Amino acid sequence: MPNVVLALGDDISTDAIYPGRYMATVLPTETPQFAFADLTEFNARLTQQAVPPGSVVVAGQNFGCGSSREQAASALKGHELVVVAKGFARIFLQNAINLGLRTVICPSIAASEGDELEVGPSEVVNRTTGLHFPIVPLPEARQAIVNAGGLIPYARKKLLARTVAG
Amino acid sequence: MGQTIVQKILARASARPTVAVGDVVEPAVDLAMSHENGALVINQFLEIYQRTGLEPRVWDPARIAIIFDHRVPAESAKTATNQKRIREFVRAQAIAKFHDIRGDQGGICHQILPENGYVRPGAVVVGTDSHTTTHGALGAFAFGIGATEMAAVWALGKVLNVEVPATIKVVVRGQLPPRVQSKDLILHLIGRITAEGANFKVLEFHGDGIRAMPTSSRLTISNMAVEAGATAGIVPADEETVRYLREEAGVTDALDPVAPDPDATYDQVIEIDAASLGPHVARPHMVDNVAPIADTLGTKVDQIVIGSCTNGRLEDLAIAAEILKGRRVADGVRMLVFPASWKIYREALDRGHLAALADAGAVIMNPGCGCCLGVHQGALGDGEVALSTTNRNFLGRMGNPKAEVYLCSPAVAAASALTGTISDPRK
Ligand code: SF4
Repeated sequence: MPNVVLALGDDISTDAIYPGRYMATVLPTETPQFAFADLTEFNARLTQQAVPPGSVVVAGQNFGCGSSREQAASALKGHELVVVAKGFARIFLQNAINLGLRTVICPSIAASEGDELEVGPSEVVNRTTGLHFPIVPLPEARQAIVNAGGLIPYARKKLLARTVAG
Repeated sequence: MGQTIVQKILARASARPTVAVGDVVEPAVDLAMSHENGALVINQFLEIYQRTGLEPRVWDPARIAIIFDHRVPAESAKTATNQKRIREFVRAQAIAKFHDIRGDQGGICHQILPENGYVRPGAVVVGTDSHTTTHGALGAFAFGIGATEMAAVWALGKVLNVEVPATIKVVVRGQLPPRVQSKDLILHLIGRITAEGANFKVLEFHGDGIRAMPTSSRLTISNMAVEAGATAGIVPADEETVRYLREEAGVTDALDPVAPDPDATYDQVIEIDAASLGPHVARPHMVDNVAPIADTLGTKVDQIVIGSCTNGRLEDLAIAAEILKGRRVADGVRMLVFPASWKIYREALDRGHLAALADAGAVIMNPGCGCCLGVHQGALGDGEVALSTTNRNFLGRMGNPKAEVYLCSPAVAAASALTGTISDPRK
């Protein structure tokens, strides 16, 4: 069962997730090294592969506010982290969906670092505290992109359909 | 039932008579803007075409704008290489609205688009930059998207899966007092509704207080709408919008504005009495940590910044020059001025604003984003404090997580430069 590897508060900006000084690095294959770069200890654990894929970052309201930089989503996706937050900022949420970063909207989530979480389709269960927290499902429009495996395959399908339709 | 401006714009762009909040639409895009992150858009665009057997071609090179502004001239080999790759793509795809690093056409994307008449009332504008909300000041629905989403726009000419947002109506009554600026008004609003108060919603601005403002002041308000989480911040077009487009942006072709219905349904209505507002300051490290200036007076500052897509326009440089003319920036303070575009630089030069600022001790930098995002110029030392007219003060935003950033209007920045501490420009 996945563990909470990082528990954060409200209003975590994309500057905190992926500092602006690394923005010249754009490729999804290169961005993961700078995930949470200013949280030096956590970043070191990530880059030393000490955080298993599927590990959970828990956050409060408005996670991913600020800049539209997609590196913030691709950097977390690179480590296959799951973000469970009380709420997300719009552009970050869309970028995460487009890139296949798993994001879970869970308005009442309460968990600390080290807790074991079970992230189901409709609720998150904190196995350490025994508490259950309902999940707000993704809007249909966004779910369609997730189901297609991300925006690139989704857009590719649309492009081919358009070409066939002439 | 009446419709808000964003409903009307989205209905028109998706060829439907009406749309309801929550409907999913795929609006046609009038303008798609990127900056240096175009390097990532190109990568994702080419990915979309992988294994399709199709030749990668953007849907409409006339509707794509690319502006170099975040790191100009390039600060590193990496940036320079990204810029080089973008130039090659621009040439190969014949992208029309390209603004390279040049003294006769460069600047910050959110100034270049309005001043060149690229944004029209009623248009759908997307940009790979969160402050794309700026262009709502011209009556457009303008919003920020990610690079992969932009790649899909370049391929298909529409934004996929847009949910029609709900709208908060903001009514501004009365006029701002002297040396209180539209920046103070938007900081006040963000302080009131918080950094997530308008998440997934549109702010629609009304009232005689907005009508009385020139477009340049409105651009500041729409620019920071995103700091309240808003998808867009729209000022319905009026006579001033038409004046700006004709006289300042040189637009000669027909305009086709969209207006909200008088009986539109709003999520919430917020009233602001502009005449009673004073200067406001956002304290570290959140944009909504806003206080009236009285609460921050006397805070010692090390670096003052005037510029950015929020407040690097001619009126901003003019008020700073008026306050600093014939006086001196206090010892121990560095003052950096970044005009938002070369056009503004040129006009500020002709009018003597730049000379007044330089004579007072300010450093006139080249147009661009400058130190706003902490990657290029004007980094802060450990423990230092900046007072800036930019739009974000998140921890580390100016390149150093051990420094602090306060946000304010150009008038407050200039008055504070004289004393080296946060000061009230009305005194
Ligand atoms: S000036 Fe700052 S906020 Fe504006 S586009 Fe540039 S980096 Fe972004």
